[in-house]
Amino acid sequence: MSTLKYQTQAVAKPYFIAAIGLFVGQIIFGLILGLQYVWGDFLFPEIPFNVARMVHTNLLIVWLLFGFMGAAYYLVPEESERELYSPKLAMWLFWIFLIAGALTVLGYLMVPYATLAKVTGNDLLPTMGREFLEQPTLTKIGIVVVALGFLYNIAMTILPGRKTVVNVVLLTGLVGLAVLFLFSFYNPVNLVKDKFYWWWVVHLWVEGVWELILGAILAYVLIKTTGVDREVVDKWLYLIIAMSFITGIIGTGHHYYWIGTPEYWQLLGSIFSALEPIPFFMMTLLAFGAVGKRKREHPNKATVLWAMGTGVMAFLGAGVWGFLHTLAPVNFYTHGTQITAAHGHMAFYGAYAMIVITIISYAMPYLRGQGNAASWKQQYMEMWSFWLMTIAMVFITLFLTGAGILQTWLQRFDDGLPFMVVQEKISLFYWMREAAGVVFFIGLILYIVSFFVKGDQKEGGIA
Amino acid sequence: MSEVFSKSMARNIYFGGSLFFVLLFLSLTWHTNRELPKTDNRQAITEEVALGKKVWEENNCVGCHSLLGEGAYFAPELGNVYKRFGNSKEAIKAFLKSRPVNGIPGRRSMPQFNLTEEELDAIAEFLKYSSEIDAAGWPPNIQG
Ligand code: HEM
Ligand code: HEM
Ligand SMILES: [Fe+2]
Repeated sequence: MSTLKYQTQAVAKPYFIAAIGLFVGQIIFGLILGLQYVWGDFLFPEIPFNVARMVHTNLLIVWLLFGFMGAAYYLVPEESERELYSPKLAMWLFWIFLIAGALTVLGYLMVPYATLAKVTGNDLLPTMGREFLEQPTLTKIGIVVVALGFLYNIAMTILPGRKTVVNVVLLTGLVGLAVLFLFSFYNPVNLVKDKFYWWWVVHLWVEGVWELILGAILAYVLIKTTGVDREVVDKWLYLIIAMSFITGIIGTGHHYYWIGTPEYWQLLGSIFSALEPIPFFMMTLLAFGAVGKRKREHPNKATVLWAMGTGVMAFLGAGVWGFLHTLAPVNFYTHGTQITAAHGHMAFYGAYAMIVITIISYAMPYLRGQGNAASWKQQYMEMWSFWLMTIAMVFITLFLTGAGILQTWLQRFDDGLPFMVVQEKISLFYWMREAAGVVFFIGLILYIVSFFVKGDQKEGGIA
Repeated sequence: MSEVFSKSMARNIYFGGSLFFVLLFLSLTWHTNRELPKTDNRQAITEEVALGKKVWEENNCVGCHSLLGEGAYFAPELGNVYKRFGNSKEAIKAFLKSRPVNGIPGRRSMPQFNLTEEELDAIAEFLKYSSEIDAAGWPPNIQG
């Protein structure tokens, strides 16, 4: 008893379920990392820190990709007003991606990384061992294949159909994601060049093309839940993504201060990246504006909460915490400290984790045949999980910021104390971060439980 | 504002702005690449450094350490470790060789990678090369 407009939207469901499952894995490894910060030899030598960290960050990226793909499969048919080109291809790619991802993570955990590099032919085309891009070259090729198949499927749905701004912006963002990933195959011996182009993947993703994906999904959910005029939302979306590119492309320069690149990047990077909070702030304005001027009361209150939360938390994490350390004279002292980790956490959670949860929250009731919203009971629990996870993330960020300020002060000024001495001195902050992490995990468990809560369906209301 | 400021104006700002800044970024990339030989210490890149970088990557050192401030924050910065260890490759090799297999009880522990003598020489040479990249005066002090 599906309540979908287009039957092929149903392929989004396994993508969303996989995303949530991998999210749980990510957080379990986050908790392991957090513990290793204060209990140095926890799980050593079975799972050293670097292995747990790869699992944590790679699962994050993979579950976000599952979420983006699920979002596209869900909203593209509706926006294009036609069925998905090939639901079969979508399911094939789902299994290929999931199995390749699982094998890669098992590889990280079961064999030494150097062995994994040997057996997967890293000698032929060395791309491994760089942050976030640790995947064996074979896996990277697999990712490209899946991305191409996915883009083909989506493009073949969008191009003959109705072309909305949401659709076109989403597709542009997804194509950009795939194209920029190709730079992960470029790994020159020259360390400066290696780093220079590494940021073309990492920075131009999160502060470039992913903002298009974020903006498009947010715009779609706001149109659906608030009934505001599509023309107005479209205009905002164009302005948001215009500002993303205008500030974020040259803003890459905030990573070119201290890696052996010309010093003019200090000026360029500071000026443009200082403007990068603007598009995130506009997303907050858009979300609150749309909800404030809503033309209907959508019964899915949880989704509206996630959408507004995304606006606020993306602005705080990316905008405010990004600005905090983005000016070259500040970054000189904070570069590569816990300040960076604080910002990385809140930005990834606030912008990308939350937008994926937003679209899941919106789409799941339809995908599960519950009508346009889950029961109040279910939504209640989902909103509790929103507050637990979000507040826990605020505290994780605050504790890491505290740790980072002390670390900078003790280690980077004057002669400075040795790294490990400083780490001992600030361990209280790491304990508190871990405690906040446990609360985050409880929130996540509650989120999953919320899907299984029984409640009177009519309360949620089928419009 | 909806009347004065139309959707197509917004779209044009997006297209025009993106095109302009992509082109500007590509030109700056071109220029940076021309300037790099002055700072990137490429004259020090040898077969040995290349092997060292590979050893660095294939043992995922960046999963605990940072290198020129990028990577993980669990263990010390290594972009300047050669200098911190008194400009000594031998000190780096000795450190790597002496890591206990089962770690140090209760403390953050570094794995024993069982590198060959050739690999040890190479990684030390790679870290020496890294420390001589002109990184605009970063890090602020020897602690990294
Ligand atoms: C949602 C968008 C964003 C995400 C997901 C994000 C994420 C991250 C992550 C994970 C890192 C660490 C990279 C590494 O491991 O080396 C980082 C670094 C950095 N980010 Fe962001 N970021 C975002 C937006 C921003 C914005 C808008 C700004 C500026 C206003 C900014 C400024 C910086 C700076 C300056 C660094 C370098 C820190 C250092 O020197 O160690 N970020 N970001
Ligand atoms: C229970 C909660 C969590 C804990 C205890 C935790 C802990 C950690 C630790 C210890 C690191 C390694 C820092 C280092 O290199 O020294 C890390 C890295 C990272 N985590 Fe988490 N994490 C948690 C949740 C999350 C969530 C929810 C996200 C995003 C949605 C996230 C995204 C990241 C990212 C992007 C990095 C790389 C940061 C960088 O390079 O600056 N983590 N995490
Ligand atoms: Fe950036």
